[in-house]
Amino acid sequence: MTNQDKQYLDLYRTMVTIRQFETMAGALFADKKIPGFIHLSIGQEASSVGVCSCLRDDDFLTTTHRGHGHMIAKGADLKKMAAELFGKKTGYCKGKGGSMHIADFALGILGANGVVAGGLPIIAGAGFSIKMRKTDQVAVCFFGDGASNRGPVHEVMNLAAIWKLPIIFVIENNQFASTTPLQDACSINDICIRAAGYNMPGMAVDGNDVLAVRQATLQAVASARRGEGPTLIENKTYRIKGHFEGDPQKYRTEAEVKRWQDRKDPILRFANFLTEQNILSPKLDRQINDEAASRLQEAVTFAENSPFPEPHEALEDLFVT
Amino acid sequence: MSDRILSSSAALAEALHEEMARDQTVCIVGEDLVAHAGIFGQFKGIPENFPGRIIDTPISEAAIVGVGLGSAMTGMRPIIDLHFSDFVTCCMDELVNQTAKIRYMLGGQVKIPMVIWCPDGAGIRAAAQHSQSLEAWFVHTPGLKVVVPSEPADVKGLIKTAIRDDDPVMFFQHKKLFAREGPVPAGDFTIPLGQAAVKRPGRDITLICYGSGYYLCKEAAAELNGMNIEAEIVDLRTLKPLDMHTVAGSIKKTGRAVIVHEACRTGGFGAELAARIQEELFDYLKAPVKRVAAKDVPIPFSPSLEDFVLPKVSDVVAAARYVVFR
Repeated sequence: MTNQDKQYLDLYRTMVTIRQFETMAGALFADKKIPGFIHLSIGQEASSVGVCSCLRDDDFLTTTHRGHGHMIAKGADLKKMAAELFGKKTGYCKGKGGSMHIADFALGILGANGVVAGGLPIIAGAGFSIKMRKTDQVAVCFFGDGASNRGPVHEVMNLAAIWKLPIIFVIENNQFASTTPLQDACSINDICIRAAGYNMPGMAVDGNDVLAVRQATLQAVASARRGEGPTLIENKTYRIKGHFEGDPQKYRTEAEVKRWQDRKDPILRFANFLTEQNILSPKLDRQINDEAASRLQEAVTFAENSPFPEPHEALEDLFVT
Repeated sequence: MSDRILSSSAALAEALHEEMARDQTVCIVGEDLVAHAGIFGQFKGIPENFPGRIIDTPISEAAIVGVGLGSAMTGMRPIIDLHFSDFVTCCMDELVNQTAKIRYMLGGQVKIPMVIWCPDGAGIRAAAQHSQSLEAWFVHTPGLKVVVPSEPADVKGLIKTAIRDDDPVMFFQHKKLFAREGPVPAGDFTIPLGQAAVKRPGRDITLICYGSGYYLCKEAAAELNGMNIEAEIVDLRTLKPLDMHTVAGSIKKTGRAVIVHEACRTGGFGAELAARIQEELFDYLKAPVKRVAAKDVPIPFSPSLEDFVLPKVSDVVAAARYVVFR
C-alpha cells in the first residue's frame, strides 16, 4: 500500500465517521435525547473532508449551523462533540453553545455559527491577524448558497481581495437555503462567478468528489500561504436531509433526494473509486465502518454518562474579568 | 507627576501612543484613519509613529467589526473605529450576536480583547443619523462592557484600561467634547473600569451623570450653589460594569437624585439606573428620582430645534430644585 493509498483511506475513514456521526445524531434527536435543533450534513462529506484534509491544525476555520462535518474533518474530539450536543458540561462549550455554536480553538476552529454568513466577518479578522502576525497560516470559511446573498459576504470578500488576506472561501452549494431552492434565491447558477467581481480566483467543483475538492483546495491553500490572497471555491453538492431534523420538506420530492443518494453519494462514489484502484476491499470497508461505529458508541456513552452543568454555571464565562 | 492641560482628543492620542508602544498587538482599524489621522484628527501622530498598525478600510462596517472580532480571537488587541456611533446599526449582528456572545457560547474557550471606539453625541447640527447616543443598547446586551468618559483625564485613563481589558468594550467619546480641555496626568495613568468618581461633594442632592451630561451637571451645580443647594456630582464613567457602591454612598447621604444624560429619555440608561436606585435604596430616598435627557425624537437639524431637543443646564437646575423642594 502506497502513502497515497493510506492517505485516500484516511479521507474515506473520515467521511465514514462523519456519515455515522450525523446518522447517529439524527437517531438520537428523533429519540428526544438531544435538545433543541440539529442540522445534518449528510451527503456533504466530500466537501468537509476534501477541504479540511488540506489544512494544518493551526489554520483557522469558521463554519455554519451545519458544522458537525467540518469539525470532524478538522480532527475534533467525537466525545466532546457528542457531549455538547447533549448539553452536558463535558461538551466543547460546557453545554453553553450546543450544535450551532460548537468550536475547538486548539484546532483553529473559531466556531459554528447560528447566524447565516456569521462566520465571514470573523474569518476576515482571522485572516487580518495572520497578516499582522506575519505567519503562514491560512483561514477557511464555509458558507452556503443561502448565505452567499447576505451583505457581509460582499463586504468580507471585497476586503479579503484588496488586503490579499489568506482566506479560502468555500461555498457549499447544497441547492437549498432552508426551504428555498437555489434558482429562487440566486440570479446565477454558478455562485463562484461573483469572485470575478472581487478580482479573486473562483471555481466551481464537483463537491461530491473528495479528490476534486482536495485538488482545488490544495491550490487555493498554497496560493494563500504564498501571500497571493483569497480564493473562492464553490463545492456543488446536495443536502440529503432537511434543513433541520423534523423538517417536513414540502419543497422537494423524495424521488429527487433518492436520485442523489443512489447515484451521486460522495461516500459511495469514493468507495467505488477505491475499490477499482484495489485500495478498498469489502472486508476493509466493513472494518472501517465497524471502527467508526465503535468510536461513535464510545462518544455517545461518554455523553450519556456525563453530567449536565449546574444551573449557576449559566452565569459563568461571560467575561474574563 | 503634575497634570498638563490637554484636550480630550489629545488625551486619547497620548493614551494610544503609550499603549501601542507598550503592546505590539494593539492596532487601530476603521475608515479614514490614515490621511488625516481620523476624521476628527483624533489619532494625531499615530500614522507616522506606528505605520502599518493604523489601517484604513473600505466602508464595510460588518467586515470592520469582523476584523476586530476575528483578530481579537486570534492573538491581536484591535481597536475598531466606527466613525460615528450611529453606524453601529450597520454592524449590529457582528457586535450583538457575535462579539458579545462568542466567549459565552463557546464555554469560555476564547477571550475577545477588543475596543470598539465610537464618537457619539449631538450639538454640532449633524442631524439625526450622525448625532445619537446609543449606549443603552449595549448596556442591554450581556457580554459587552460600556464606557462613556467625560473629561480628558477620564478618556486617557479609561481607554488604556479598555485596551488592556480582555473583554470587548464599547467606548463612546462625545464628538463635541474633543476640543474640551482639562488636566491630564502624565505617564501610565489608568482608571479601572467600573469605578465612578465623585467629582463634586455636596450634601443636598446627587447629580448622577456620564459623558456630556457631566458638563451640564458641573454648570448646574454652580448655579445651584448660588441658590444654597449643594449638589454632589457622581460621574459614572463606566456604565457596565456599574459602580453602584459609589452611587449608593452618595444617595444614602443626600436622599435625592437626578440622573442626567444626553441620550433620549425613554429606555435610556437613566431608566435602568432609576429602577436600581428605587430597588436598592428606597428607604433612603426623600423624593422620586428624576431624569434629565433629550426629548424622544430623532435629533433635528435646525439649530433652534436641536437646542430644544437636547437637555440643558436649566433642565438640570429645574429637576434638582423639584427634587430638593418636594
